[in-house]
Amino acid sequence: MAATRQKIKRRRRRIKTSLPAAASIVSCVSGADSRCQSEHRNIEGIIVDMSAAAAPGTSKGAHSDVTGRRKKGPGALATAYLVIYNVVMTAGWLVIAVGLVRAYLARGSYHGLYYSIEKPLKFFQTGAVLEILHCAVGIVPSSVVLTGFQVMSRVFLTWAVTHSVKEVQSEDSVLLFVTAWTVTEIIRYSFYTFSLLNHLPYLIKWARYTFFFVLYPMGVTGELLTIYAALPHAQKTGLYSVTLPNKYNFSFDYHSFLIIVMVSYIPLFPQLYFHMVRQRKKVLGHTEDYSKVE
Amino acid sequence: RSPVVFFEVEILDAKTKDKLCFLDKVRVNLFPYPQWYPARQSIRLDPKGKSLKDEDVLQHLPVGTTATFYFRDLGSQISWVTVFLTEYTGPLVIYLMFYFRVPFIYAPKYDFTTSKHWVVHLACMCHSFHYMKRLLETLFVHRFSHGTMPLRNIFKNCTYYWGFAAWMAYYINHPLYTPPIYGEQQIRLALILFLFCQIGNFSIHIALRNLRPPGSKTRKIPYPTKNPFTWIFLLVSCPNYTYELGSWLGFTLMTQCLPVAFFTLVGFIQMTVWAKGKHRSYLKEFRDYPPLRSPILPFIL
Repeated sequence: MAATRQKIKRRRRRIKTSLPAAASIVSCVSGADSRCQSEHRNIEGIIVDMSAAAAPGTSKGAHSDVTGRRKKGPGALATAYLVIYNVVMTAGWLVIAVGLVRAYLARGSYHGLYYSIEKPLKFFQTGAVLEILHCAVGIVPSSVVLTGFQVMSRVFLTWAVTHSVKEVQSEDSVLLFVTAWTVTEIIRYSFYTFSLLNHLPYLIKWARYTFFFVLYPMGVTGELLTIYAALPHAQKTGLYSVTLPNKYNFSFDYHSFLIIVMVSYIPLFPQLYFHMVRQRKKVLGHTEDYSKVE
Repeated sequence: RSPVVFFEVEILDAKTKDKLCFLDKVRVNLFPYPQWYPARQSIRLDPKGKSLKDEDVLQHLPVGTTATFYFRDLGSQISWVTVFLTEYTGPLVIYLMFYFRVPFIYAPKYDFTTSKHWVVHLACMCHSFHYMKRLLETLFVHRFSHGTMPLRNIFKNCTYYWGFAAWMAYYINHPLYTPPIYGEQQIRLALILFLFCQIGNFSIHIALRNLRPPGSKTRKIPYPTKNPFTWIFLLVSCPNYTYELGSWLGFTLMTQCLPVAFFTLVGFIQMTVWAKGKHRSYLKEFRDYPPLRSPILPFIL
């Protein structure tokens, strides 16, 4: 502050100007003369300009995804591709949902339903890796890092835990997270499809920002129980582990790594959960202003 | 009898738009917020715009005779020197703890023993030399543009340096350490590369220091000097990073240790980001910037 003060003091220059002009400047600053808008920028004018520029585009936020796209958005070709992508993914997860229901009806019990949807689950969950590419290329306005993290954690559970440790595939915890993922993804992908077509039914938007209250904890519980069930088998077989001595002077214990992953849920899950709660307030909070179907 | 025109300046909080301070022609009201020392003040013309620099002059700013500035608190600040000293002392001490096999790291029968491989002793000397050099450069060579950085950076930076140092040191000083496959030849080549790049890195730091008179923040284009190690300036904007990469490649080769390779890779990615930024700002600031130069790797990157 002292530095700024000194600068301003030093900048006080003597400018040769006519007396009437000087008088108009002084009165403009003191607010006495109301005619000075065009010639001299007065303080009120500057503040009004700044606050108008700074106001968030609340009317835009409700239409598209809450990440608030101010830029132009994807071109026509990219939009067409994204619509196809999201439709395919919605269909894929519907296939998984139907597969689960049919298997349950056929067997008459909840146990071992994983095997009936194993292939489509692996295919469509792995396919979500494309979403990281969408962010990287810029046709989707989300952060590459955040999307990458979310997708890779799903892929990790699908391949590095459930696929790799065969003994956990018959656990009920697998059904718990697969069900949570299926319902979430069907709603999410149809949400994106409708948003891209600019015809988003309020019901889908409401479902996306409400179902997570139950689905998130349900999915997390299923995931944690599954990893926990995998621990003894990973340790016994030395799965994905490297021991010393070796020529690269490196070691890795997969069992310990799985424990670290479980512990990381403690700081991460609340952050993600409350982020969704905040998004919900932002997106659904203006329900008084908008009609049900847009 | 020529009339005098004065400036009046009003400072508002960028978030709440409260009037914090009003600077009138003669009477300067005291800034009533002493906890916001100068280093953590960000003054800008637009609430969402870039910060004005200390050297900016009111006369040259796009304001009328009445100016409104926006203030943002940058949070607790810490000096660059403090951060550097802390983040470099950690690896020095931590590596030595693993080297001397302090208890509770390896199995008790190895406590305070020394490795039977001479490359392990060499690696300890190189690693320690590297961080001693960095500490001395921080104290006596570098001239910093900014005095301070946000306080949370010290936690982030120390986690990075100290964490990687512990990870590398654990394996190099491990009782089951395997020396390099190609033995003495590999170690000798690695040592030459390491020393060459350490001298190079030091030469660049000295050259950069000599560009800038003491206490100033001037920026000039660096050019090769009589020292052959600075001739790389012909091809690269940030040769200090080039030499740093070379040093760690040498250390990786010397120890043949995968964690060291990871550390080298992560460091290289970060230094490339910095080099590209620096290269871009050189190009923006100097019309006559040599076109042959690349940011960090000659002709490649």
